[in-house]
Amino acid sequence: MSELKCYLDNNATTQIDPAVVETMMPFLTEHYGNPSSIHSFGQPVGKALAKAREQVQTFIGAEHSSEIIFTSCATEATATAILSTVESYPEKKEIITSVVEHPATLELCRTLERKGYKIHWIGVDKQGRLDIDAYKQALSKNVAIISIMWANNETGTLFPIQKLAMLAKQAGIPFHCDAVQVAGKMPINVEFVDVDMLSISGHKFHAPKGVGALYLRRGSKFRPMIRGGHQERGRRAGTENVTGIIAMGKACELAAKSIFEDTARIELMRSRLEQGLRARIPNSFVTGDVKNRVPNTTNVAFEFVEGEAILLMLNQHGIAASSGSACTSGALEPSHVMKAMEIPYTAAHGAIRFSLSRFTTEDMIDHVLEKLPPIIERLRLMSPYWDAENNAAKDFIPMFG
Amino acid sequence: MWNYSEKVKDHFFAPRNAKAVEDANATGDVGSLSCGDALRLTLKVNEETEIIEEAGFQTFGCGSAIASSSALTEMIIGKTISEAQNLTNQQIADYLDGLPPEKMHCSVMGMEALHAAIANYRGEEVAEDHDEGELICRCYAIDSELIKRVVLQNNLTSLGDVIRYTKAGGACGACHEKIEWALEDILKAEGKTLGGIPAKLPVPETKPETATPAPAAASTKLTTVQRIKKIEAVLDEVRPGIQADGGDIQLNDVEDDMVFVSLTGACNGCGLAGATIAMVEERIADALGENITVYPVAGSSAMGGAA
Repeated sequence: MSELKCYLDNNATTQIDPAVVETMMPFLTEHYGNPSSIHSFGQPVGKALAKAREQVQTFIGAEHSSEIIFTSCATEATATAILSTVESYPEKKEIITSVVEHPATLELCRTLERKGYKIHWIGVDKQGRLDIDAYKQALSKNVAIISIMWANNETGTLFPIQKLAMLAKQAGIPFHCDAVQVAGKMPINVEFVDVDMLSISGHKFHAPKGVGALYLRRGSKFRPMIRGGHQERGRRAGTENVTGIIAMGKACELAAKSIFEDTARIELMRSRLEQGLRARIPNSFVTGDVKNRVPNTTNVAFEFVEGEAILLMLNQHGIAASSGSACTSGALEPSHVMKAMEIPYTAAHGAIRFSLSRFTTEDMIDHVLEKLPPIIERLRLMSPYWDAENNAAKDFIPMFG
Repeated sequence: MWNYSEKVKDHFFAPRNAKAVEDANATGDVGSLSCGDALRLTLKVNEETEIIEEAGFQTFGCGSAIASSSALTEMIIGKTISEAQNLTNQQIADYLDGLPPEKMHCSVMGMEALHAAIANYRGEEVAEDHDEGELICRCYAIDSELIKRVVLQNNLTSLGDVIRYTKAGGACGACHEKIEWALEDILKAEGKTLGGIPAKLPVPETKPETATPAPAAASTKLTTVQRIKKIEAVLDEVRPGIQADGGDIQLNDVEDDMVFVSLTGACNGCGLAGATIAMVEERIADALGENITVYPVAGSSAMGGAA
C-alpha cells in the first residue's frame, strides 16, 4: 500500500504526539526510580509525577491537584467512580445512567442490576438526545450515583452535562461524567460544571495507551477499588505507570494550548467530509444530534451495505475508520447506540464513524471523498436490498436463517 | 480486524457470481437482519439432468458473508441438486481455508440459502418459525429464544449442557456469562435454581433516615479545627507505642472522612504497618463519632517503600 495513510479513527485512539514521546522517553531509560523511594533515583520521578498531576489539574480546571487520581485507563476510572460511590452509600440501591454509555459503564451497571440494584436506563430520541424528563423523574434520595457520558463515542453527540449535573446536585446525588470523548476536543472546566467525578483517558488525546485519570472533587465520599498501597493518597494502590502519567500530563498541556485553533480547523474538515459524502452517495445520512456534537466526529450511515465490508475495502486504500464503536467490532448486532436511536437495521449496519484529530490533513479528506463512493456503489450492486437498475432500495424480506 | 485467510480475502475483494441469475428457477432468501447478514441465492437448474448450471448470489453482509456466498456458488455449479443437498457449512469454511470462529455463521447462512433454494425448486414450503431473541452467542448466532427452547425441552441445568446441546458458547467463549444469566432466568421462571450460582442479592430494607447516624450530619457538629484536635489527641495516645517500636506517626491532612497520616522510621517497610493503620482508624472513628478512613501517605518518607 503506497497510498496515503489516512487515519480517521481518532475516537478509538490517537497518534502519540512527538513532543509527548520526547517528554516520556527519559523515564523509560535514565529515570527508572520508583517515585515512592526516598533516594536520588526516585526523586526526579516523584517530581515529574507531581508536575503531570498539575498539568491534568489545569487541563480540566480542578481546584486542587490532589483531586486527580491516575488510573490505568478510563474504564478503570469509571468503575472506580461507580463502585466507590455505591460502596459509600450502601443504603442507596438505585443508579441512573443512559442507554448509550460506553460499555465501561453499561456492563458494570448491568452487573450491578443483577446484584439487585435498580438501574434507571435513560433513553435517547432518534437524534441521540437524552430524555431529560425521564432523567428528572428518576432523581430521588434512593439514587447512589448518576453516571452519564459527556460526548457519545460513536456519534459525537453531546449531552447537556452542566444541566444534568446541576439537577443532580440539587437532588443531592453524586454525579460522575465519562468525559473520555470530550477531553482534548473541547475545553473542560470542572469549576463551572457541577460534576463530582469525571473520567478521562490519555490515549484519546495523543498520550500513549494505559493511562487515565479520575477527577474526584474534594469532599466527595470515596472508597478505593484497588487497595494495598499509599499511591495516589491510598485511593489507587499500585506502583504508578510513571511514563504514562508523565506523557498524559504533557498531552494535557499541549491540548490546552492548541484546543481553540485546532477545533475550528478540524470542524471545517469534518463538515467537508460529511457534506461531500452525502452529496456523492445516495441513501446516506448523518446520525446523532448534528447541531450538538464534538467537532471531530461524524457518523454516516450508508443504507443497504454492511460496515465491515466497507471498512475492509477502505483499508485497501489505507483509510482507517470504524463501524460503530471499535470496542464492539466483532459483534454482529448493530451497536447499542444505533439501536437506541432506532436507526433501521439496514442502515445501522452500514454506519461508519470518521473521527479526526489535529494530525488530520485536507488531503486525507479528499482521499476518502474519492475512494468511498465507488466502494458503496460496488457493495450495493451485490446487496439484495439494492435495485441497481433504478439506483434505489427494493423490497427484500428473507426467511430468517 | 479479523485474521481472514487469503482465500477469504480473494473471494471478498473479487467475488464470483455476484449477480442475480436471469431466468432462475430456484431462489433461496435467508438472513437475519439483527446479525447484519442477508443472502439471496438464485439458481438455474437443468430440469432434465437436475444439474445446477448457473448460480448467483446477492449478499448484504460482512467480508466473510460475501466470501462464503461466493464460495458457495463456485462449489455448487455443475453439481446435481441431490449432490448439492449434502453440502455442509464446514465444507464451505474448508473451501475458504477456514473462517474465524465468530464468523462460522456466515457459512451456515450459505448452507441455509442453498437448502431454501432447493426447497423452492422442488416447490416445498420451508417452515418459518424463527423468533428472534437477544443474540447470545455471536459465533454461532444463537439467541436467547433458541437456548430457552432447548433448555426446557431437555431439562438442562448447566452452562456445559447448553454448550453441548446448542453449540452456543462453544467457540470463543465470550458469552459464557450471558448464557449463565439466561439460564438463571429460564430456571427461575420454572422455579428451579442453578447450582452454585447465588440468586439475586437480597435488597437490604431501607432503614428510616433517623435510624442511621448520618456521618455527614455528625461531622457538621465538629469544626475542622475541633476534628483535627481530636485526631491529634488520638495520635498522641498511640504515638508512644509506635515510637517504642522505632517508628513514628504524623497527621498530614484531613479531607472530610479521609485522614491522611505518614508513618515513618521503622514503620517504613514494616509488615505490621497495615495493622497499625487499622488500629488508628478505629480509634479516630471512635473519638470523632463518625466513620473515617485512614490513608497512609508518603509524606516525609516512603511508607512501604518501593512496593
